[in-house]
Amino acid sequence: MKMNGANALIQSLVDHGVEVIFGIPGGVMIPIYDALYDRKDIRNILMRHEQGAAHAADGYARATGKVGVCFATSGPGATNLVTGIATAQMDSIPILAVTGQCRTTVIGKDAFQEADITGITMPITKHNYLIKNPADIPRVIAEALYIARTGRPGPVLVDVPMDMSLAEVDYEPIREVKIRSYSPEVEIDDSAIDKAVELIERSERPVLYVGGGVITSGASQELLALSEKTHILVATTLLGKGAIPETHPHSLGMLGMHGTAYANHAVHNCDLLIAVGARFDDRVTGKLAAFAKKAKVIHIDIDPAEIGKTVPADVAIVGDCKEVLKRLVERVKPRQETDWNKQIMKWRNEYPLVCPTDEDKLLPQCVIAKIWEMTRGEVIVVTDVGQHQMFAALHYKVTKPRHFLSSGGLGTMGFGLPAAIGAQVGCPDKTVVLICGDGGFQMTIQELAPAVEHKLPIKICLINNRYLGMVRQWQELFWNGRYSGVDISVQPDFVKLADAYGAAGFRVEQPSEVEPTFKKAMEINDRPTIIDFVVHREENVFPMIPAGGTIEEMMVNRPK
Amino acid sequence: MSGGGNGREVMQKPMQHTITVLVENKPGVLARVAGLFARRGFNIESLAVSITDDPTISRMTIVVTGDDSTLQQINKQTSKLIDVIKVIDYSGVPIVERELAMIKVKAEPSRRAEIMQIVDIFRAKIIDISETTFTIEVTGSVAKVDAIERLLSPFGITEVVRTGKIAMARGEITAMSQVNDNA
Ligand SMILES: Cc1ncc(C[n+]2csc(CCOP(=O)(O)OP(=O)(O)O)c2C)c(N)n1
Ligand SMILES: [Mg+2]
Repeated sequence: MKMNGANALIQSLVDHGVEVIFGIPGGVMIPIYDALYDRKDIRNILMRHEQGAAHAADGYARATGKVGVCFATSGPGATNLVTGIATAQMDSIPILAVTGQCRTTVIGKDAFQEADITGITMPITKHNYLIKNPADIPRVIAEALYIARTGRPGPVLVDVPMDMSLAEVDYEPIREVKIRSYSPEVEIDDSAIDKAVELIERSERPVLYVGGGVITSGASQELLALSEKTHILVATTLLGKGAIPETHPHSLGMLGMHGTAYANHAVHNCDLLIAVGARFDDRVTGKLAAFAKKAKVIHIDIDPAEIGKTVPADVAIVGDCKEVLKRLVERVKPRQETDWNKQIMKWRNEYPLVCPTDEDKLLPQCVIAKIWEMTRGEVIVVTDVGQHQMFAALHYKVTKPRHFLSSGGLGTMGFGLPAAIGAQVGCPDKTVVLICGDGGFQMTIQELAPAVEHKLPIKICLINNRYLGMVRQWQELFWNGRYSGVDISVQPDFVKLADAYGAAGFRVEQPSEVEPTFKKAMEINDRPTIIDFVVHREENVFPMIPAGGTIEEMMVNRPK
Repeated sequence: MSGGGNGREVMQKPMQHTITVLVENKPGVLARVAGLFARRGFNIESLAVSITDDPTISRMTIVVTGDDSTLQQINKQTSKLIDVIKVIDYSGVPIVERELAMIKVKAEPSRRAEIMQIVDIFRAKIIDISETTFTIEVTGSVAKVDAIERLLSPFGITEVVRTGKIAMARGEITAMSQVNDNA
């Protein structure tokens, strides 16, 4: 069928199952937005900043497992996407960014709003394309979506010059994608499985260390089966939260810098570390030479480049976590609880994760613990970046995969609100709770408008300490309390701000108000709600292992 | 990691390696490969690129320095680039390797005989001549090119251009056959 390039692009997206795009138009995007205008089969969510569009696509992808799509115009529109694309790249999230570009005839001539966005995003995308022939549009869109979601997922950008959008294309749907230089399917090496089984059966103190790869591959059931069959306990990374229900007795919660003391003790003392879909990030390992020093390592990952990148593996299994875990479960002998399990339980009792209860102050961790009590893992929790994120990671027990969305690798403040929008658009029947800092919230606060416009009933829980809290914590602990550049007590009245945007707004200053106010928010279904939790300003996140440190330096509790 | 013996702290010796990278012959692919090397801190000693007998495929010969684990990372990270069809590591494989250089050297009439002798010994060629200079073409292993450069330097080298090394496995094995094996 004959149509212009812009219509071919939208048709390609629809033909490949894309139901919604998040974006902002501009001069060279008008043909593409025009092609959206009459369509009923694809939703167009107008964001208020392109960074928000990229994070919304990202949040949509994390919550649904589908590719999230965002649009931006050339030049500043495209460069505004960069933070969002980098965030998705670091966390292996499948998004497709479509950017407008000036006409091919003027590319390279510093034309109005020209930016070399394929050049700029080369290091932060899995792949990118510049369309130079309009006939390529259907194939490139099909390839881009395929590359984004297969293998180790990641962001793909397609740059579409204005004249390509306007040119005539004879549209044929692409049914099969084949790229000779890209084969995401890997054959699992069965002998490696056998070696892994042998190591597991020989080990006395094994621990599973589980990352976002298990969520991506949908391997939760297989993970649980392995853990239950062998009684090997599971520590997860920030991105691995929800891979195993954190209410399960085999869950040790999160490990690493702000991990639970028992997860870190277990990993430190284990003789076998089974890393599944995790990449030994420095926020997990601390000082590398001291990390899991007594352990042999089994490393399971779909990306061969992760094997040996940071920590050499004794057994490496390259493959999709789900299939690898399935084969391990089949072959490994059942194993009962041992003294090692008892030892870990002892640590758990010795260093329990508790909220101070005797306090009349409103403490951030207690707010989050209360939200957990009232929702019990049934809601999608989205976080921003900072202390509140780590409090949420520690105190919110996630029970299902894709129910805890957080920027891990890049640690992007401003991620929370737009990602929550993406999650709510993707999962209209679920409750989305955003746990956000007062600093990060102000970085993408403009996205309240689309949340109101689309009646998204997101519960925005602002953990308001009037500080860039995580930086302040480091300054308190490691820089003699010199609070340089962290006081953000000059800030809008967030309740009035909610009102100004047409959202609901409440303020909570007393511990006793947390529950009734959150209940009220849960009953509001036609717009977002902001709850401004005015918390104790100088609360710190513990446990904490200082950056590059070892478990010996772990600060377990706040000093009395 | 003594018990596990995974040698996390053991430093290995950096070595030179020659790798061949077959890529889609598309604009921007060189930038992707070079950018990857730069941002991951891989050292390129030399890089030679050209089209192959299949016009849709280009071939890069890259000489890199690094220890074994760095080399593994280079291979794996480069393979991950979507436009990279195949990375072939020639470590431990018998190869033929060549580099071509052009060397412009001061050649006063009184010293010409001496220079011509060196050119002869190296089976090089004088490809341009002026009142005061020779331009010499030499082909051979990197070591050979290094050697003639060293021997000519006392005469006064005014300009050198080298192509960087190109390499092939000895015998019947071809890079292309490895592509087809994999497809
Ligand atoms: C875009 C961006 N800028 C700066 C930082 C550095 N940073 C990390 S946490 C943090 C403080 C966050 O403050 P807030 O949002 O109020 O959360 P809190 O730590 O107080 O809970 C800062 C500035 C970052 N992670 N991202
Ligand atoms: Mg704050």
